[in-house]
Amino acid sequence: MLATIHRAETSSVHVQRGKSKLDDMFMNRPTSALQLQGLTKRFDRLAVDALDLTVHAGEFYALVGPNGAGKTTTLRMVAGLLKPDAGSVDVFGIDALTDPVAAKQVMAWVSDEPMIYDKLTPFEYLEFVAGLWGIDPGVSQSCAHTLLVSLGLEPHLNERCEGFSKGMRQKVALAGALVHDPRLIILDEPLTGLDAVSARHVKGLLGERVRAGCTIIMTTHILEVAERMADRIGVIASGRLVAEGTLAELRQQNGKDTSLEDLFIALVERKAEAA
Amino acid sequence: MSSATTLSWFARHELRLAWREWLAMMTGGRRRRTRVALIGLAVFAALMHLPAWAVIGRYAALEAPLDRTSLIVVTATVFLAWALMLSQAIESVTRVFYARADLDLIMSSPARLANIFSIRIAAIALTVTAMALLLSTPFVDVLVISGGVRWFAAFGVVAAVGLSAAAFAIAITIVLFRLIGPARTRLMAQILAAIIGAGFVIALQIAAILSYGTLSRFAVLTSDAAAAYAPDSNSLLWWPARALLGDGEALLLLLSVALVLLGAVMTIFSPRFADTAVSASAHAATSRRSNQARTFRGGSRQQALRRKEFRLLGRDPWLVSQTLMQLLYLVPPALFLWRSFSDSSTALVLITPMIVMAAGQLAGGLAWLTISGEDAADLVATAPLSPSRVIGAKIEVVLISICVLFTPLVGALAILAPLQAAVTAFAVMIAAGSATAIQLWFRVQAKRSQFRRRQTSSRIATFAEAFSSIGWAATSALVLMAPIAAIVTALMTIGIIATTWKLSPARE
Repeated sequence: MLATIHRAETSSVHVQRGKSKLDDMFMNRPTSALQLQGLTKRFDRLAVDALDLTVHAGEFYALVGPNGAGKTTTLRMVAGLLKPDAGSVDVFGIDALTDPVAAKQVMAWVSDEPMIYDKLTPFEYLEFVAGLWGIDPGVSQSCAHTLLVSLGLEPHLNERCEGFSKGMRQKVALAGALVHDPRLIILDEPLTGLDAVSARHVKGLLGERVRAGCTIIMTTHILEVAERMADRIGVIASGRLVAEGTLAELRQQNGKDTSLEDLFIALVERKAEAA
Repeated sequence: MSSATTLSWFARHELRLAWREWLAMMTGGRRRRTRVALIGLAVFAALMHLPAWAVIGRYAALEAPLDRTSLIVVTATVFLAWALMLSQAIESVTRVFYARADLDLIMSSPARLANIFSIRIAAIALTVTAMALLLSTPFVDVLVISGGVRWFAAFGVVAAVGLSAAAFAIAITIVLFRLIGPARTRLMAQILAAIIGAGFVIALQIAAILSYGTLSRFAVLTSDAAAAYAPDSNSLLWWPARALLGDGEALLLLLSVALVLLGAVMTIFSPRFADTAVSASAHAATSRRSNQARTFRGGSRQQALRRKEFRLLGRDPWLVSQTLMQLLYLVPPALFLWRSFSDSSTALVLITPMIVMAAGQLAGGLAWLTISGEDAADLVATAPLSPSRVIGAKIEVVLISICVLFTPLVGALAILAPLQAAVTAFAVMIAAGSATAIQLWFRVQAKRSQFRRRQTSSRIATFAEAFSSIGWAATSALVLMAPIAAIVTALMTIGIIATTWKLSPARE
């Protein structure tokens, strides 16, 4: 009951915040939340190959692709964790390569391997994250509590994270990403390790954020999630975007009325044949 | 597969795991470095013969029968070795209980668990003994070369000491599990290991200070009072000393006692080993509750970082045990300080290098934990904070911690000798700053749990940190006794630090 009330409160708070944010965005700011141009990264081989990608503000964008396609490398470059060899990263009009601190202020990153502190409680972890982003403690504390409750972590608020399952750690990391109310959330396989109930919670939470005006870019192997949640889907293979659009557009491009899985396999196979 | 085949197969598996763990520790987990590590180890072992010669060479002529004082000194040395091995063995046993990830596999197999865990206990004992044999080789070599082949018996004594220490370590750890539960055993075992390792030497020093007003640990051992209270020369107590000097009968008895002890531990504790190990792994699934959630605290981003670091340092079992050990080592000089209060003894100067050395070593560990041991590196890297400010906040945490820990000692010293206190305070900060700088130049991205293996990531950093602490400790003592010589040691230490910086990857 309490959890439901809290969820409702968060939702309305975020929707209101989102409205002003949306107004702000569309009135004064660029409508692209993320713009990548010629983004390139080479390790032993070319991981990302002159990638051009635009994610619109307020959009839920899913980046799908086979293993080793360059999805995570791309997102790590956007988050400022990897330095690109070439190209540009623009976040809400901020050049993330020349002014990374300003870009990071509006972003949040969650990886598939949640890195949290074993010796901190979820509450302490969120206090730390909010402090790092310079959020007013009065605002962040109530937001942290609401987030932890909505993610089903209320019974574990004061337990150290050392004994948490991977799913619980993932939820703590996700709460950390949301506690500073970012405008762009970058998620790398956020549903890995979550049970069905938790996955639904997380999907609900992300949906709420998008409705409130937040932009999300997410990689996933679960095509059903991309199909159901994403406004647009980008298919990446060998470091290049091989297809992009809404599900309907992708279907139209391929001339088929099939599932995303069939489309994905067809696109990737075509790319492999071309290579 | 017969039972015997299963056991020998499992023994091979355990030894292979132990060998690979050891190799990974030596090579920092990089397989390409294996040959380099082995060559380095051989060179190190060869070089170790020089200090071994200096320390033990003069005892090579010792022959049975020994007088009581010599018997006491030799027996105490064997006991010290045993205490150090026991400390090492407790660490190894705890690691096996908490870290091995194969329990589910072993326990779901159709093999008899008591047998399997007997092998695991034996493997722990063998690993501890092998390490002890390896470390003692330069010393025994020196004795053999200078005093004859009878000193080969020393290897037998080391083996007996290693096997019995491992047996005791297993018994102590399992009893701790039963008494205080898995949640507290890990920390308690680390504290026990630290106390046992250092305790004997410290106890001797304290006794020497209280009885004879000297810091020399040999004062008590070589005293007339000790000789008067010691038992007859044919007492069982002297059998380790006799075995060391080449008495075959005593050596056989010693080895038999060690093997019987280990056998008894294997028989008694093998069936419980499984339960204990399972409790330890189950403990990972339960969490410790902290105090009720407090209100979020405000402040700058660096303050948030510093708060997090202090919180994590306060909850780090390694740090708690290491700090305790450092403080334990400082008990004798503190006691000496108190004893010398009304005295103008020049021996008071000895306290300064000990404090400086302790500060340098502790600062190195703290710096690794805060700078390299960042469990949420991605989170900090994606925070809107420049890397220099992150590093700055972490360095502040190290220096503040050192200040908090060492201010009481320096303050006490200031009452007695203000100039010495000022020199000590300055040297503490220089030693701590140097150790922190070295850790900063050689920083790697690692988990805090990898702290035990921090030395493997860079041997240069490890040696540089040790030499810098020793250098500043020596300089601080010389500033008080021979200032001209202090300039030389200070320049040498600066040279070491500058060379380390030149070799550091951070400079590239």
